[in-house]
Amino acid sequence: MRVGLFVPCYIDQFYPQVGIATLQLLEKLGCEVGFPLNQTCCGQPMANSGFAAISKGCDKNFIQNFAGFDYIVGPSGSCVLHLKEHLHESNLSPTATPINKKVFELTEFLVDILKIDALPANFPHKVGLHVSCHGQRGLGLSSMTELVAPSFSKPEKLLSLVKGLDLQMPVRRDECCGFGGTFCVFEEAVSVKMGKDRVEEHAHNDVEFITGVDVSCLMHLEGILKRNNSKIKTLHIAEILNSNWE
Amino acid sequence: MTTTTIKDHATAAAAFIKDEPRTDWHDDTLWFVRQKRDKAAHSLPEWEQLRNWASQIKNHSLSNLDNYLIEFEAKATANGIKVHWAANAEEHNRIIYNIIAANGINKIVKSKSMLTEECHLNPYLQQQGIEVVDTDLGERIVQLRNEPPSHIVLPAIHLKKQDVSETFHEHLHTEKGNNDPQYLTEAARHHLREKFLISNLAITGVNFAVAETGGFVVCTNEGNADMGAHAAKIHIACMGFEKIIPKAEHLGVFLRLLARSATGQPITTYSSHFQKPREGQEMHIVIVDNGRSKQLGRPDFRNSLKCIRCAACFNTCPVYRRSGGHSYHTAVAGPIGSILNPNLDMKANADLPFASTLCGSCSNVCPVKIDIHDQLWKWRQVVVAEGYVATSKKWGMKGMAFVLANPSIYRISGKIGRWVMRTFPFLTNNKTFNPWYKQREMPTPPKQSFTEWYKNNK
Repeated sequence: MRVGLFVPCYIDQFYPQVGIATLQLLEKLGCEVGFPLNQTCCGQPMANSGFAAISKGCDKNFIQNFAGFDYIVGPSGSCVLHLKEHLHESNLSPTATPINKKVFELTEFLVDILKIDALPANFPHKVGLHVSCHGQRGLGLSSMTELVAPSFSKPEKLLSLVKGLDLQMPVRRDECCGFGGTFCVFEEAVSVKMGKDRVEEHAHNDVEFITGVDVSCLMHLEGILKRNNSKIKTLHIAEILNSNWE
Repeated sequence: MTTTTIKDHATAAAAFIKDEPRTDWHDDTLWFVRQKRDKAAHSLPEWEQLRNWASQIKNHSLSNLDNYLIEFEAKATANGIKVHWAANAEEHNRIIYNIIAANGINKIVKSKSMLTEECHLNPYLQQQGIEVVDTDLGERIVQLRNEPPSHIVLPAIHLKKQDVSETFHEHLHTEKGNNDPQYLTEAARHHLREKFLISNLAITGVNFAVAETGGFVVCTNEGNADMGAHAAKIHIACMGFEKIIPKAEHLGVFLRLLARSATGQPITTYSSHFQKPREGQEMHIVIVDNGRSKQLGRPDFRNSLKCIRCAACFNTCPVYRRSGGHSYHTAVAGPIGSILNPNLDMKANADLPFASTLCGSCSNVCPVKIDIHDQLWKWRQVVVAEGYVATSKKWGMKGMAFVLANPSIYRISGKIGRWVMRTFPFLTNNKTFNPWYKQREMPTPPKQSFTEWYKNNK
């Protein structure tokens, strides 16, 4: 199984440790992982701002980099959702699997494709899970409080396998953190208020870490935590799942 | 290009949030309504089936609108109701004024109708010297304050009881500082009773118009539509043409969904079925287009016309709860307003599709399954394509798209960017030029990107 590692641009630039944890985790789980060096961005920042028409260069570059893989896995629900919904190949042969069918967010890949039901990871800490909207409502990583449907959660399932981890959920289990791409700067006041409210619920649970499947949400929450000198740290779920293997 | 005189959503929202305790109160109040909605929805195992049915009935109705509207007109006319057609807000207002003037009436009552808000009927009639009294309690409160409603189901949800007390003291001469809700409601009741009794004409909205019967249903919790319509000699009901449903039996789907989605009630207190005028009464229906056929002609946005105005998307929207209805500067605020209003005036409402994080909760609570957040995304593309975007944003995006489409330029830009951030942190840690930094720290720029690490270690 050849897996192409997709490390979204801002993770590449600001959170290399998330890319490293994802790579190590996939390799430890037996995947043959390739990292195409010329990858950049999925195009979402432009598309979500109304400029999908000018993000074709990103589409093209993504396809060039990831064409040969069986699966493409990235540690970001939001970027993966964008690729699934909006990446279109123009010259696809009728027999080929479209690239957006091969793209997976890390936790859905671990649960649905690798069917992981044991992990030798250790993380003896109190952890709050931030449920990121695009992963949850977009990719269906977990059930949603609005819908009358059976409850499940792929990220929670994985975290439950980690030894010593004490998982805490906020009262509003799946309320948005307010990052929202360029919303975070163009609607700065609302964005920050939403983030502060998320942080407050996690702080109320006395967590040491807030984790999630999307670095973008975590970057936003981290910015608020740091500004307020909070002791709570943010960690991407890959970093926890890759922690202290026995 | 954004040269609107109204404050855009982001600016108005920032002003709203300045009073943080009040923002928290607003957020908690509406979240409480969302929780009531959840409880009501989860008490029905067939909830998702109902949503599917409602969505399909509405899709079918929109696809066969011409036939159903003609059928409705024929049946309603046979029932003795006068049916009027209005292409736009001006026609709607003029039709109503003509009926009022022809009967020599100068005082009217009106129950809640977002359509009349959309058409700005009140100011139009007031200019003609007619007294219009909104009889929904929340609407009366905001009317006395000369404010628009901030929510389509809970028009005065942005106000606290202290605010209502002050307004009533000023206009209804209640005791100063008496904030007792029972006392204030009683005062409103007496005030409105008098208005009902002296009014010869009542305007109501329409929640559902049934093609096969020519009748219509008006839902209120206060019975104010009934009080108005039963006391007045003339009843005018105003409806957007999308309110049509084929059969009376379909009400069994919609009435179960409407109140549960709106407030968590199993049913609205009054679901009043109007079939024909009583003896000696005149009954009119004004069927309004006002941009709806244009929206119907937009494949990506037509199903926004399925909306039954429950406001569940308002209550669940984390942005709405923290920015208040007035920040949307339109008659219908919230997520649904943000996909309806660009159709009415794209330039004035170009900001609204961006007043969302695209979290998707709106689409999940929608009882008729409108893909609201996807339509917000699609409106963004339309708004930008039509040129209603700030020049700075346009060039910023073009620059970004160029860099991100070219791997070597991306890598060198990233490296330089991180070096600048480490070496001259004040350039990005600047509250004036960097909105991110106003209330958030920047991420710590690492020496090595992942790509650089990979090249060195693999």
